[in-house]
Amino acid sequence: MYLRKNIATSESGFIFNPATGDSFSANPVAAEILRQLKQGTGAAQIKEWLLESYEVEPLRLERDWDEFINQLKEANLLES
Amino acid sequence: MKKNYESPVIQKMNGGLMNKFGTRTEYEPVKQIDGVSVQSLMAEFGSPLFVLSERTLRRNYQDAYRAFSTRYPNIQFAWSYKTNYLNAVCRVFHQEGSWAEVVSGFEYQKALGNGVPGNKIIFNGPEKTNEELKLAADNGSLIHIDHFDELFQLLEISDQLKRKPRVAIRVNMDTGVYPVWNRFGFNYENGQAFDALKKIVASEKMELTGLHCHIGTYMLSTNAYRTAVKKLGDLAWKCKTELNNPLQYIDIGGGFPSTNTLRGSFLPGTDTVPSVDEFAEAISNQLQELGYGSTDIPLLILESGRVMVDDAGYLLSTVVANKRLSDGRRATILDAGVNVLFTSFWYDHPISPAQDFTHHTEDQVLYGPLCMNIDVLRQSANLPLLNRGDKVVVHKVGAYNMTQWMQFIHMRPNVVMIDEQGKVHLVREAETLAYIEQQERVPEHLEKISL
Repeated sequence: MYLRKNIATSESGFIFNPATGDSFSANPVAAEILRQLKQGTGAAQIKEWLLESYEVEPLRLERDWDEFINQLKEANLLES
Repeated sequence: MKKNYESPVIQKMNGGLMNKFGTRTEYEPVKQIDGVSVQSLMAEFGSPLFVLSERTLRRNYQDAYRAFSTRYPNIQFAWSYKTNYLNAVCRVFHQEGSWAEVVSGFEYQKALGNGVPGNKIIFNGPEKTNEELKLAADNGSLIHIDHFDELFQLLEISDQLKRKPRVAIRVNMDTGVYPVWNRFGFNYENGQAFDALKKIVASEKMELTGLHCHIGTYMLSTNAYRTAVKKLGDLAWKCKTELNNPLQYIDIGGGFPSTNTLRGSFLPGTDTVPSVDEFAEAISNQLQELGYGSTDIPLLILESGRVMVDDAGYLLSTVVANKRLSDGRRATILDAGVNVLFTSFWYDHPISPAQDFTHHTEDQVLYGPLCMNIDVLRQSANLPLLNRGDKVVVHKVGAYNMTQWMQFIHMRPNVVMIDEQGKVHLVREAETLAYIEQQERVPEHLEKISL
């Protein structure tokens, strides 16, 4: 699972898709996930890092993760 | 130390003109009500929970009293029981000096139970039984007659009464606000109201004491009250000059709006609703133009409810779940629904998170816990991302919810009142299964069930 190569992201959570012209804002946790996805970090590693860094239960993270990935897919931001 | 977590989310940014009215109103979390922490209230009394601020109740009364008493010398407020008849609320207003305004025998008994003298109870409404009328008449209460059948009902029982009933009629009229409320009372324009007054005086079996109207609810026009006072004043003048029966009071009813925002309104209620001072100015000016001298100036009675209590009530609730709907909208499910927040059918109640949040917000639909499609607290509210277990504060819920709430699917929750010293009092206990079922009876042949 990779972020499309042409997607531009900023540290503050601004996302721009030059292919469609769409822009998005991401909250801090989402911005961090996107940064790591962009670097090519795998899902398992990102989740592990989130569990270590944030006050969150594994089950809750798993549920949120699935929903977030769905959002990225719907927004056409992931490599198919 | 680990960082605070919030569900990851992205939100599409839409180009186009900026909304000049802004989109976000809930900038600060509401962690306290009158100095008492929301979390501690919910920890002790559960969720959902209604909270009433005694300080706000008293301040609202005192502000409204000042608005009128500084403009007109002879005024009296009567607490509208149907707006919120929890005894604790009624007693706050009675301590402040309000009489009671009731619309049923049940409310009448509640007023007596709260220690209101019979002659300070106003008995409105279209249905009064013979027994209720006899009690009210014997107590010297102000009986406001709604229709001719009630007028004749009173005449029929007049021989059984210990004293002449003190009566007024309710008058309906065109005040320039549509639709005209004409289902209650006698019409002014077609002469029905004066006919009723003539009959009362001619009968010699009742003491005609005043006139009453209630021109609508959530009125946004002060001019409508000006018109109402003018028309009631005309009737009062005719009572004095043609019927030789000067009146003691003019009861202008209620109807002043709170600052809640009506559903579908373009602008928020705080920007569109006239203040009590503006209503007082319109009503008092018109009263003074009626031409009464300083010795026979009629008492002005006001039956304000909503404006006195709405912003003194809060509903605390907990987030049960988050969902993403098939159309992409975010949905938040709360543990308080339309069963306890009846007014969410009319209002977009302001809702604030009760804990810190990040700057990221999203338009979301707020659902209650009922397994019913109608259970929507807000069709669209721009709020931070709430986690399961987070608390929210729903504002301005003091009027009508604690009387029109339904025992439907869930039981009704605790209601607490925070007094002026910050002490919390339980004023209505949460319902229990035993409480709900104590009125039920199971026929003998249905007692045994085997599955």
